[in-house]
Amino acid sequence: MWAAAGLVLAVLLPFAASQGDSYESFMDVSTMVGIYVCMALGLNIVVGMAGLLDLGFVAFFAIGAYTYAIFATPQANNFLHFMDFPLSGNTFWLFILIGGLVASLFGVLLGIPVLRVKGDYLAIVTLGFGEIIRIVFNNMDKPINITNGALGLSSITPPTLFGIQLLNASQFYYVVLVVALLVLFIIRKLEASKVGRSWRAVRENEIAAQAMGINLFKTKLTAFAVGALFSGMMGVIFASKQTFIDPTSFTMLESITILVMVVLGGMGSVPGVILGAAVVTILNLQVLTEVSNWLTDLSVNGGIAIPDVLSPSKMQRFIFGLLLILFALYKPKGLIQEKNRIVDPKKFTEAGENAHASN
Amino acid sequence: MPMLQIKDLGKNFAGIQALKDVSLSVEPNSITAFIGPNGAGKTTLFNMITGVYPPSTGEILLEGKSLLGCKPDEISRRGIARTFQNIRLFSKMTVFENVLVGCHNQLKTNVLTAVLGLPFTKKEENIAEKEAYKLLQFVGLAESLNEEAGNLSYGNQRKLEIARALATKPRILLLDEPAAGMNPRETRELTDLILKIRDEFKLTLILIEHDMKLVMKLSEHIIVLDHGEKIAEGNSHDIQNNPKVIEAYLGTGAVAK
Repeated sequence: MWAAAGLVLAVLLPFAASQGDSYESFMDVSTMVGIYVCMALGLNIVVGMAGLLDLGFVAFFAIGAYTYAIFATPQANNFLHFMDFPLSGNTFWLFILIGGLVASLFGVLLGIPVLRVKGDYLAIVTLGFGEIIRIVFNNMDKPINITNGALGLSSITPPTLFGIQLLNASQFYYVVLVVALLVLFIIRKLEASKVGRSWRAVRENEIAAQAMGINLFKTKLTAFAVGALFSGMMGVIFASKQTFIDPTSFTMLESITILVMVVLGGMGSVPGVILGAAVVTILNLQVLTEVSNWLTDLSVNGGIAIPDVLSPSKMQRFIFGLLLILFALYKPKGLIQEKNRIVDPKKFTEAGENAHASN
Repeated sequence: MPMLQIKDLGKNFAGIQALKDVSLSVEPNSITAFIGPNGAGKTTLFNMITGVYPPSTGEILLEGKSLLGCKPDEISRRGIARTFQNIRLFSKMTVFENVLVGCHNQLKTNVLTAVLGLPFTKKEENIAEKEAYKLLQFVGLAESLNEEAGNLSYGNQRKLEIARALATKPRILLLDEPAAGMNPRETRELTDLILKIRDEFKLTLILIEHDMKLVMKLSEHIIVLDHGEKIAEGNSHDIQNNPKVIEAYLGTGAVAK
């Protein structure tokens, strides 16, 4: 099944789209889907598996994005003088890792004080953290200009692979696809291991988890760090793809949108979250835009008078909200529910018999 | 040396003295019962032994070494496991995974080795899985291994809690009202199970229980608490004839007749 999905994503989807004239915009949406899928998978570790409500997740995305953007523009020359910036596009590949690790470090730094509080309080503190990071980036243009403040960073160096600059969405699509597969691989491994099990145990019952010898603090901190890692990695890709970032790309609405992907997809369920991220991203970037364009056309050409208060562009958020309510009502546990691993008892009985026989 | 020794243990909750100067000791490989009316401080005592609350006064020693200041997970690592009065299973996880969580500390895997899928990770996971399955067979839940823990019957949930606690490889097992909500047949089965646990795992068992038949049948040593104080201890015969105990259970004047 995974091989089939891989084939569709790697070959069929780009090929099918390549016939139309809107190829690049189509691939752009696909790339964004990939970026959001990875971020939602990261948040799913924190919220879905470990049960820690994080409302400021976009902060780690921003940290990753700025980590690359500062060094891939002349911006770093303002405070570092030992070498010349921007760095070349070749460093992008290294920066995916660096951006992820820096975000992860911030995840740990945030987690150390914050993970002592639970539930609603944790949500509020992470919400605050998300806003603080955005505001800090907005104001770090003085006294030393590090982030260029509200003006943002432009002309970010695009990645270079074997001497070729990656500029088009169709090229980024493959970068995202590879990273997404890596993220998926890591999550699958963690989910099936002791680490994933302890995350879920902490979510289900903290006191019992602790009585089983699970260190609550360490377990939660790991979830925070791994979630932030993926978000930071995607931040680097996002920055290089957009070639321009400013603090408005990282508002609270982004955090909420990622959370919606996780909840709508099915908390804790990896396939669910992938689907949720895809649905929400495509709705936001493609379907709702198309619908509102169509309605605008209709009101201009078709003679249907749509009053200003109900203008389609305003309706876009309304329809999105309405859809969320419908999902919440009819699919309260998400599109694909979290499934438990099923083990075959024969594995133990036969193994036991064989062991006896060999003895 | 006693397995567990408690010296002058006390606990105040915002002025309410839940436990006052309780001293006791538990011998290795024995079965001890804590009994007493509701609110006597039995579960509070368990919570302090397992590090859920720090004691206000006194000391707890496991084989002569103090447990003070240890968090519940450290205490689990040092060999004390427990079940809960109000069942605390990982109810959305399967029966099998619940027991696997109990194997947590026998696994050396961390985030990195789990992702890399190193051979030792797989090996220790296989060992843990086999152990978990054996424990489920031991408590008689092997057939339900893929069921969600929350869907088990009440009695089976209690058994699963025992299996999960055993998976931590404890030296002392604390059972908080293991027979609560069980019918007489289930209680009889549980009695046999507890004896089997003691003998096969060479454990020291401490239980809190209201079912006196079970307590009298199992316990070699009984400690009676009332209003946070130890009012009596001894074997089942001593306890049944102790006027203070009868008074605590039946009220003042009950002895006079």
